[in-house]
Amino acid sequence: MKKYIIKRVFISLITILVLVSVVFALVRLMPGDPFASEKLTPEIRANLEQYYGFDKPLIVQYFTYLKNLVTGDLGYSMFYPNLRVNDIIASAFPYSFDLGMRALAMAISFGLVLGIVAALNRGKVLDFTCVLIAIIGTSMPDFIIGAILQFFFGIKWGLLPVAQYKGISYTILPSIALGFYTLALVSRVMRANMIETIQQDYIKTAKSKGISKLRVVLKHQIRNAIMPVITILGPIVAALLTGTFVIESIFAIPGMGRHYVQSIQNLDYTIILGMTVFYGSFLVVANMIVDLLYGIIDPRIRVSGE
Amino acid sequence: MDQSKFKVVGKNTEKMESISRPSLTYWKDAWRRMKGNRVAFFSLILIILYIILALVGPYMNEFDYTSTNVDKMNYFVTSPQFKDMTLIESLKEMLSTGHWFGTDEIGRDLWTRVWMGARVSLSIGFIATIINTIVGSIVGGISGYYGGRVDAIIMRVVDVLYGIPYMIVAILIMVVLGAGVTSLIIALVLVGWIGSARFVRGEVLKIKEQEFVEAAKVLGIKDKTIIAKHIIPNIMGLIITNLTMAVPRAIFAEAFLSYIGLGIAPPGCSWGVLAKAGVKLMRIHPYQLFIPAFFISTTMLALNLIGDGMRDALDPKLRNE
Repeated sequence: MKKYIIKRVFISLITILVLVSVVFALVRLMPGDPFASEKLTPEIRANLEQYYGFDKPLIVQYFTYLKNLVTGDLGYSMFYPNLRVNDIIASAFPYSFDLGMRALAMAISFGLVLGIVAALNRGKVLDFTCVLIAIIGTSMPDFIIGAILQFFFGIKWGLLPVAQYKGISYTILPSIALGFYTLALVSRVMRANMIETIQQDYIKTAKSKGISKLRVVLKHQIRNAIMPVITILGPIVAALLTGTFVIESIFAIPGMGRHYVQSIQNLDYTIILGMTVFYGSFLVVANMIVDLLYGIIDPRIRVSGE
Repeated sequence: MDQSKFKVVGKNTEKMESISRPSLTYWKDAWRRMKGNRVAFFSLILIILYIILALVGPYMNEFDYTSTNVDKMNYFVTSPQFKDMTLIESLKEMLSTGHWFGTDEIGRDLWTRVWMGARVSLSIGFIATIINTIVGSIVGGISGYYGGRVDAIIMRVVDVLYGIPYMIVAILIMVVLGAGVTSLIIALVLVGWIGSARFVRGEVLKIKEQEFVEAAKVLGIKDKTIIAKHIIPNIMGLIITNLTMAVPRAIFAEAFLSYIGLGIAPPGCSWGVLAKAGVKLMRIHPYQLFIPAFFISTTMLALNLIGDGMRDALDPKLRNE
């Protein structure tokens, strides 16, 4: 187990380093000039470039950036020169995190219930309904789901607020829009796993021992079927994260996704770089935790990993 | 019993050995089972219909996808000029003008734009996925078949690259390359081949361990022949299924990138661009969102269902169910 953890952490660290390098290179390759929109005298411009280290060779800039990164300093925004990237992330991340967590909680709880209900009523109307929800969820992009929810619940029926993020009622629509795909995914996987476990011998054994039906389902079937759902947590976190880009802009939520899309349009190098590194590391670490978690739960994985 | 009523007809050894019905090849059998799956077959027809309409749709009425018309902006059955008519009457009136889906905010014909957008969205989806699959299959195949050091190196690289969130890299590549169909395909290929390489490697490893490959090796058959005759035919079905499932993901990625303003630049259009324009006007003219949303969703749905059907049809283990 120790060896497995060390190997996994090592791969994650290298991934983050590669990510930082790739992002650094790509950001410097971006066309356009971040100072283009301001009317600057050549002197001020030179000063600014010196401040950001643009006058030094790329390799020096790269190592300066790495050095700052290790100390946790992501630099200043270029577009809003008195804003620190760290501060932007610190102010925006709680919104995105809150939204993501709500979406995740909703998606997993409802997804599991849907999957279980569908599997237990296989071939009946209830099953068909659950499968239909799963199909809609996987085939509709989240920005369309968000817009349609806004249209019906916000505009047509006037039940819920359509924008901003100022209380419980504001969080409902964006959480549903963001989590719908995940919900569909979880329910699909759960349904398939449940159906697979029904045919296992230990279920037959349990039944033949005279254990009540409810107990078999709760103690044997669900417990075994729920395990593989953990493996899709990695892709789920990634989907939720990219989902926030559009959901936050549709619902006008001041989270990271909106800042990110905006900074791309402003060519704000330092923000793009900082946020990408933050997002990337977040995902890499999340994936690592999921892998380790799965290794703990299922010994077969860590044995084959060694 | 009268013996004379019976006679010995003799044995026709040739006939006894012959196969009474023409044998079904793997692909013929898969096709037969695919046709039997009504949902998947209907989805296939829908996608073919969309492809045909993407080719001929823009020429079916007299409008072209960029020309604007200030007299007919946001023209649809819900427009103010149809206030006094019933839905059927206004629908008849609208259809008679040739704007079958109405017009957008600057009077461009939506029917033409939807099918021009279909060209872009579908071709990006298919081309990017096919290139991904080819590149991924070659890398994953080499890695899985030869194993050893080559495999170790490739897999370490793939492990690291796989950990990098793919949408974020796609976004950055799009920013560097600028909007456009080619850059979209490049961005999707650069981030997409890794998944198929991992998948193909896993499948090749599984097949490689099986006895018939070992038998072929023992018989002294060359690697090239083993790959061509044994490995590829055995994983082809899975690769094609995987490809079908990846197309909707690519279409979604295009829509997503266009939605955040990085995919296709105006005046070009794709389903993502149309949806973005639709969301902006959703409060007043919801049809401009619902029309592209319908086509994006049904395409993704149909492709997913075809993929599901193909997985069942191409799996030899499910053959006689």
